[in-house]
Amino acid sequence: MKDNIVTVQHLSFTYKDTKHPAVNDVSFNIPKGSWTTLVGHNGSGKSTIARLLDGILLPDENSETLIQIDGITLNEKTMWDIRDKVGIVFQNPDNQFVGATVEDDVAFGLENRQVPRLKMQTIVHDVINQVGMLKFQKSEPQYLSGGQKQRVAIAGILAIGPKLIILDESTSMLDPAGKDKILALIRKVQKENGLTIFSITHDINEASQADQILVLNQGTLLASGSPIEIFKDESLIKSAGLELPLFYKVKNKLIKRGITVPQEIDNEKKLVNYLCQLNLKM
Amino acid sequence: MSKIIIGRYIPGDSIIYKMDPRGKIIATFLFIVIIFLANNWLSYLFLSVFTLLAVWATKLKPKVFWDGVKPLIWLILFTSVLQLFFTTGGKIYWHWGILNISEYGIQNSIFIFIRFVMIILISTVLTLTTTSLEIADGMEWILKPLGYLKVPVAQIALVMSIALRFVPILLDQAVRIMNAQRARGADFNSGGLIKRIHSIIPILIPLFIGSLTIAIDLATAMEARGYREGAKRTRYRVLKWSKYDWINLGYFTLLTLILLLTRTY
Repeated sequence: MKDNIVTVQHLSFTYKDTKHPAVNDVSFNIPKGSWTTLVGHNGSGKSTIARLLDGILLPDENSETLIQIDGITLNEKTMWDIRDKVGIVFQNPDNQFVGATVEDDVAFGLENRQVPRLKMQTIVHDVINQVGMLKFQKSEPQYLSGGQKQRVAIAGILAIGPKLIILDESTSMLDPAGKDKILALIRKVQKENGLTIFSITHDINEASQADQILVLNQGTLLASGSPIEIFKDESLIKSAGLELPLFYKVKNKLIKRGITVPQEIDNEKKLVNYLCQLNLKM
Repeated sequence: MSKIIIGRYIPGDSIIYKMDPRGKIIATFLFIVIIFLANNWLSYLFLSVFTLLAVWATKLKPKVFWDGVKPLIWLILFTSVLQLFFTTGGKIYWHWGILNISEYGIQNSIFIFIRFVMIILISTVLTLTTTSLEIADGMEWILKPLGYLKVPVAQIALVMSIALRFVPILLDQAVRIMNAQRARGADFNSGGLIKRIHSIIPILIPLFIGSLTIAIDLATAMEARGYREGAKRTRYRVLKWSKYDWINLGYFTLLTLILLLTRTY
């Protein structure tokens, strides 16, 4: 069995003053170094799970519940150790920018951990450089674009040296170009720092590039598996309020018509080439 | 729009910009105290020369200083005119009922006028060359002794710097809400006072809810980044005292001495 950085067992959470649990008996694992995507409707409990993993919300009491991150079991005592290992990039770029300038914001997490100033300066410079914002080091947030603010948020998280980054719909308020740039940046820092990514998203194209997809509906985990496994079942994706990517739609239709598509064809470009070749043979 | 409300800082790089906000705030307070030492023409002359030299040292256009004085010009003129008509003493040039123009009246009204303008100029030097964040940092340092009285100075300072940072965002939000309501036919610019107040309420409510959302989001983000209420923190941004600040304090100490020597006892 592969090393899991996150183990979640029988996790439930009910918001105060509500009857139905927002998260209902959910269990899953996240392999170390993987990119795992959580998809689901609005209000399916996705963001609640992110907050539960970081100890911002505490799960309903149940002796079987277990949240383990990098070998540490989450409880009220270990909450702050867990937060050294987990960083969250939230949805709204403005509402997570605490500092008055880019460098101040990046330093915020370090200040909280009482890192000496000299050490802070080196780290801040390093991580700002990593996200390509050195030119804006002294800028105030109102002069930055949404994508640039998300870069700063990523830098602030990298400064702490976490093992896991949770993206809580971090790109949903960005335009398509900005979205692609942020995702590319996250892939880059994932590689450079050996991170695990847990991404909560509506973007099916992003999900299709993940190692593992979790499908959540009304607080219950419907399925988990690789994109190829998950996208076989169109109704499953529809129940999560999403549309299949074009490639999988075409592929599923071809299979229905009795045309076999080989395993190694796993993206749009390869499928186009394959269909052209097929056409030539006919 | 945001520039107008959160201070009128203008970027620059003259000597005044190199000074520490703590020194600048202390000097400004000192100035407001020692200005009351001046009580004759010679002392007022020195006061004005020192102030104008400080204004000149900012290397900013005179117009920006005039913009600082302009909103208060009627108040200044009104106070000066009161002094002019109601002060008695010395030679009387004109008399009508309780009003009179006397030698002392003229002198006092000119002194009051100078005093007002100089205070505004010096505080304008402070606000034009210091960002609101620097002022907040400087105030935090000055208020530090309150920590011994269990006043959470560091927390107050964090709240202030966050509040400053969200002013432009809330202003943006207000403009957006107003535009949305204008698009649906709301009219903010006509009608009497009561009607105008009425039309403000539909702006305030969404703005208020919006700021609550921001506060909740921000609190979550801060907690996720390891912020613990009341816990000790280190500081990334620090203020640095340099030779320019000794020049600054020396300059105003010199002015204090000159005023003490030239004033009439």
